[in-house]
Amino acid sequence: MGNYFQPEIECMPHEKIRELQNEKLLKQVKHVWENVPYYRAKMQEKGVTPDDIKSQDDLYKLPFLTKDDLRKAYPYGLMGKPLKDCVRIQSTSGTTGQRVVAFYTQHDIHIWEEMCARAIVAAGGTNEDVVQVSYGYGLFTGGPGLNGGSHLLGSLTIPTSSGNTDRQIMFIKDLSATILCCTPSYAAFIGERMKEMGMKPDDIPLKAGIFGAEAWSEAMRRDIEATMGIKAYDIYGLTELCGPGVAFECEDQHGMHINEDYFIAEIIDPKTGEVLPEGSLGELVFTSLDKEAFPLMRYRTRDITSLTHEKCPCGRTHVRMTKLKGRSDDMLIIRGVNVFPSQIETVLINQGYPANYQIIVDRVNNTDTLDVRVEMTPEMFTDNLGEVNKRQAELVDGLKSMLGIKAKVTLVAPKTIVRSEGKAVRVIDNRKI
Amino acid sequence: MSVKQISVFLENRPGCLHEMTQALADANIDLRGLSLAETSDFGIVRLIVDDVLETATVLKDAGFIASLTDVLAVEVPNVPGGLNKVLGVINSVGINVEYMYAILGNKKSETAYMIFRVNDNEKASAALEKDGVKILDRATLSEI
Repeated sequence: MGNYFQPEIECMPHEKIRELQNEKLLKQVKHVWENVPYYRAKMQEKGVTPDDIKSQDDLYKLPFLTKDDLRKAYPYGLMGKPLKDCVRIQSTSGTTGQRVVAFYTQHDIHIWEEMCARAIVAAGGTNEDVVQVSYGYGLFTGGPGLNGGSHLLGSLTIPTSSGNTDRQIMFIKDLSATILCCTPSYAAFIGERMKEMGMKPDDIPLKAGIFGAEAWSEAMRRDIEATMGIKAYDIYGLTELCGPGVAFECEDQHGMHINEDYFIAEIIDPKTGEVLPEGSLGELVFTSLDKEAFPLMRYRTRDITSLTHEKCPCGRTHVRMTKLKGRSDDMLIIRGVNVFPSQIETVLINQGYPANYQIIVDRVNNTDTLDVRVEMTPEMFTDNLGEVNKRQAELVDGLKSMLGIKAKVTLVAPKTIVRSEGKAVRVIDNRKI
Repeated sequence: MSVKQISVFLENRPGCLHEMTQALADANIDLRGLSLAETSDFGIVRLIVDDVLETATVLKDAGFIASLTDVLAVEVPNVPGGLNKVLGVINSVGINVEYMYAILGNKKSETAYMIFRVNDNEKASAALEKDGVKILDRATLSEI
C-alpha cells in the first residue's frame, strides 16, 4: 500500500466508480448534445439522443470521434464552452499531421492538475519533494501539466523546461531535486551526460522520474533507473484529453491506472469498431466525463493496448492499461510487418548498446529496407575486426527474432545521432508511397 | 614485454579517416606505425605512437572511440626469410597471430620492425627471446 493524493477516489470500490461514471456520463452527454453542434449532428446521424444513454452500457451507441474529426472541426468546432469561459489552450507539435488545439476552462485545468498530482504521489512524491519539470513549457502539455500537478501537491517546483542539459544536472544537484519529469529520451540523455561528467547515481538526490509523452521500452526503463539510481514511472496522456496524467504508473510499475473518475476507457477492434472484452488487445478509446471546454465522446486514440481491472498491490482500484509498445502513430509497416521503434530499442539495450539509435526506412526496387543506425560504444569496441563483426551479426540476429524481418545494422561513431531534449525523432522514412 | 597499440573505430564515410589524421596532426602526434582493417560497413585503424595516453585523449576529445591493446613490437632481420624465421618460432609454440603489420624503421637499417597481435603475448615473447629475436619495449620503439 502506498500514498495517495485522493484516496477516497483512487481506491474507491469498482462498483462505486461505475456509479460515479454513470452519473457523470449522463451529464457529459447532455452537455455535449446541448453545446457541441458538431457532435450533436453525428449523434443525430446515428439516430441517438441523450435519452438513449442510461449508463455506460449504452456507450457503444455513441458515434466515435477521430483525429479526422478534430481536423474538420478545427479550431472551435468541438468546444463545449464559449471562449470567454476558457482560460488556456494547449497544442500538439503537429508532427503526425494536423495540429490539435485543445481548450481549457479553469475547472478543466484543475482536474488535469489533480490527475498530475496523483501521478506524482504515485511515484512517491509528497509536498516535501522537489520536483524538477524538464518537459518543454509552452504549447506542449508536458511542462504545464506536471508543473500544475506539483503545485497542487505543494511540492517545490523547479520549472527548468527542456534543454541546457548541464544546467539541468546542476539544478538537480544544487537544489536537491528528488523527482524528475521529462520525456524518457531526454532522461536518457541527461543520464548519459551525468556519466560523462563522472557522476554516479549516488551523487544526485533524485529518487524517482516521471517520464512520458513517447513510448519507451522496459529495457530503456531499467537502463535509466540504473544510470540515475531512481525508480522510473510511465505516464500517459493526450493533448486532446488534457495532457499527461490521463493514466499513470504506481510503485508496482505494472500498467498505468487510468483516472476513471474523469474518463471511461474502452478497447475496440480498430477495424470494425466493435467493443472488445477486458483483457483484449485493441485500440484505446476515451470518453471524457468531467470536461467543460473540450469534452470528447468515444475519442479514438489510435494507441494499441489492453485493460485490466485486476487488483493492484498499490491499493488503487482504477483500471490499468498496459505499457504501450508504441503510439500507433509511431508504428512502421515494413514489408507488411508492424514494427515499433521500442522493439528495436529493447534489442539494442539488451545487447549493451545505448538508447540512441535511428531507424531509416527506404524502398529499393519495390522492397522496403530497414537500416538501424547504432552508436559504437567504448565497451563494445575492440581492436579485433572479427569480434566487432560478430557483435554486429548478433544485433542483426536479435532484431530478426524480435521483429520477424531482417534489418541492416550500421555502426556509427559516438554522438553522431542527434540527442533529443523533448520527443525523440527515431524514424526517418524515405519511402515515397 | 609488450607495447600499447591504439585502435580507432571509423565509420565507413568519406572523410572519416582524414578527420582522424587531422586531429592527430593538430596535436602534433607522430605516427610510427599504422594498419587499417575494414569491412563494407566500418573500419578499424590501429596506431603505434610514442605517447599513447596523449593520443588516446586527443582522439577521445575529437569524438572517436579508441581502445588500447597490448601487442608485440618485434625486430625482424631485414633479409629474405627474416619474417619467416620469426613466424616459425611463434608457430612452434602454438601461438595464433590475429594480425600483424610492419612499422616504419630506418631505411638503411639492417632490421625491420613488425607489430604482432597474438593470443598470448608472454608465451610468444618468451619463445622469441629464447630464439634470439629482439622484442622492443616502448622506449626502444621510440628511438628507432
